[in-house]
Amino acid sequence: MRYSVVIVGVGGQGVMLASRVIGECAMNEGYEVVASEVHGMAQRGGSVTAMVRFGEGVLSPLVPRAGAGLIVGFEPLETYRALSFANKNTLVVTDVERIVPMAVIDGNEKYPDVNCLLEGMTRVGLRVVALDATEMAEKAGTRLAVNSVLIGAASSMPNFPLGHEGLRSTLMASVPERFRKENESAFNLGRKAASKAMR
Amino acid sequence: MAVAATYPGTPSSEIGTVLERLSEKSGMYFEYSTNEKVALEVGAAAAASGLRSFVFMKHVGLNVASDPFVSLGYVGVRGGMVVLSADDPSMHSSQNEQDSRYYARLANIPMLEPSTPQECKEMLMAGYDLSERLGCPVLLRTSTRVNHARGIVDIGDFERIDREGKFEKDPMRFVPVPSVARAARSRQLERMKKAKELSEVSPFNREEGDGSVGVIASGVAYTYAKEFLEDVRILKLGFTFPLPDERMKRFIASFDRVVVLEELTPLLEERALQLSKGTQCEAQIIGKISGNLPEAYEYSPDTLNALKGLVKVRKGHIPVKCEPIPLPNRPPVLCAGCPHRATFYAVNKALAGQEAIFSSDIGCYTLGINPPLSTADFLLCMGSSVGAAGGFTEATKQKVIAFIGDSTLFHAGIPGIINAVFNDHRYVLVVLDNRTTAMTGHQPHPGTGRSSGRTTEPLDIVSLIKGCGVKHVEKVDPYDLKATIDVMKKALEMDAFSVVVSSRVCPLAVARKGRVVSESKAFAIDQRKCVKCKTCLTKFTCPALAFDGKNVEIVPEICIGCGCCAQVCPKKAIEVPQ
Repeated sequence: MRYSVVIVGVGGQGVMLASRVIGECAMNEGYEVVASEVHGMAQRGGSVTAMVRFGEGVLSPLVPRAGAGLIVGFEPLETYRALSFANKNTLVVTDVERIVPMAVIDGNEKYPDVNCLLEGMTRVGLRVVALDATEMAEKAGTRLAVNSVLIGAASSMPNFPLGHEGLRSTLMASVPERFRKENESAFNLGRKAASKAMR
Repeated sequence: MAVAATYPGTPSSEIGTVLERLSEKSGMYFEYSTNEKVALEVGAAAAASGLRSFVFMKHVGLNVASDPFVSLGYVGVRGGMVVLSADDPSMHSSQNEQDSRYYARLANIPMLEPSTPQECKEMLMAGYDLSERLGCPVLLRTSTRVNHARGIVDIGDFERIDREGKFEKDPMRFVPVPSVARAARSRQLERMKKAKELSEVSPFNREEGDGSVGVIASGVAYTYAKEFLEDVRILKLGFTFPLPDERMKRFIASFDRVVVLEELTPLLEERALQLSKGTQCEAQIIGKISGNLPEAYEYSPDTLNALKGLVKVRKGHIPVKCEPIPLPNRPPVLCAGCPHRATFYAVNKALAGQEAIFSSDIGCYTLGINPPLSTADFLLCMGSSVGAAGGFTEATKQKVIAFIGDSTLFHAGIPGIINAVFNDHRYVLVVLDNRTTAMTGHQPHPGTGRSSGRTTEPLDIVSLIKGCGVKHVEKVDPYDLKATIDVMKKALEMDAFSVVVSSRVCPLAVARKGRVVSESKAFAIDQRKCVKCKTCLTKFTCPALAFDGKNVEIVPEICIGCGCCAQVCPKKAIEVPQ
């Protein structure tokens, strides 16, 4: 078994942390792991992509086209951009909260309708869990816990090889102690919402 | 290793972050040097004193360090020395994708090329043995997908480092005056002969798998070959200068077809072509020269699809066919409250429509390239803004404004400043002083008052520039837009070289320390006063400003309270809510 996760979002959202949590959890569960990220500009609001691959014999740090088992999107536009990694069995978890790029604010480009993006994904047969992860994170106590919501959601996706207890504890170990409560509850909200949506 | 030095640069910067943490515990000396040349010289002296040293940098940093690097290939080392270059195929965060493997050949310095994180560790260790055995430094050449890869690494045990070396004088070796250099040159060639013998038997050059097609692969390209090609025998090359010619020749001769997988320049492929000539069944060599694979940009598993029909590529999944919806691009932007944005805004205001050439430099502020700021017209490398501005001044009648960051100024800007004074170039240089090396992750520099794990005497930029002989130096706070515009106007009117130091700490650096940037809270827009002119949004473009189709709002979680947009607003509609 080899499993690939593609995580996308906007610089500063916590894409790197999410990739580290999934990678470390896979390692703790005894898988071979390789992950890759480009983060020269990660904190400057640009598109960010991270990849985690685990299983027997994984070596390539990059996921081939159509090779993702799971796509975790922190922002709907970025999720759509990542669909070149999707095949018909790929599962998608995405936040629906938009982060509008500067070119759109300037009026030079248009942000597509989020529902259009989501419909575009389901129309080709992808199974998509679309969450308002930002709102859920706020409910959990801080907007900054979006990544915990999304990791929680990923943990309940069908056939996702990593156990939710492992993910939870790896996540908790990697957030500062003073934010643990918020992140724990964000993880649970994401997990619950995704399992409901998948039913 | 006992001594390590670097200047930060992606994708090598994280090594420094780790060493900063480890050096205290381990007894290792680690420093952020002012630039890569200095770092290499620090490392060379440590190695001449019998200690193991480690110097690391991004690929273009090795250009800066190339002067001592090449001569070090003559005089050599006593303690082991490894120089790591982090190449950046596809230019994820670089101005070029030069292939540093050329430097091994240029300097006659042996080279190792890891494919995985685990191999980085193994080759670093082996690099020291090799370096000590041969008496010269070793180049460890990596690339983005090795540097920014994560994997499981068996670290082994740490040993406390003894870092007291002793330099035994030997000027007939360490001072390459012509007579010494001539002798060193023949020693160097002898050394490379020995290196070649070691390369022939190195475990880093090994054959794997069985199949009807031969594959020669190095670096991260090996991982793609290993995982996604079938029915192949792979010659994995990790000790890639000098190349194991005999071994390669034997390998090539045993196949009708050999695929060469390496990123960037076809160096292995050229060698493979040379070696296959004259063998009994001149194998068909497939690579870039044959026209099958690209020379530009990094490889990925998908690159192998170009080889279909020539070699068996593992069958992948079929991509879903999504409707092509036009998606707006999302390039990186200057952060909310970034002082560079304020400076750029003020410069454009001061110019009041007058045209100027903006000579830019390497740092976050290169993002000024984007409209509406549009404050980057020319850029080559670290420090180039200053020298180039002098050139534009002499070559044209256009107004010239150069921008350079504080860390970049220390790195390579000073000679350009002295040159402007020396040759009477008349332009305005703006130092964007945000008190940190922001772009690469907030490493310290000589102006910050700290180096790795210790406090140092901070260099004052204004005194430094005055010390270079500059007569007109002004310091401003870019958050005070009016004052900055006035100072810029004055500087632009002057028929002389003048320097404006625009000084304000990077908000990200402050946030990292867990302090708030400003005492004031987030600003908000008073919608009764706002006339929807969108000046703030379209002229100032702070990411804390958002437009919901009707109103412009300030996102309180993003706003850091710098107050600049309030100064930009023509209706004074932006304020701190009472």
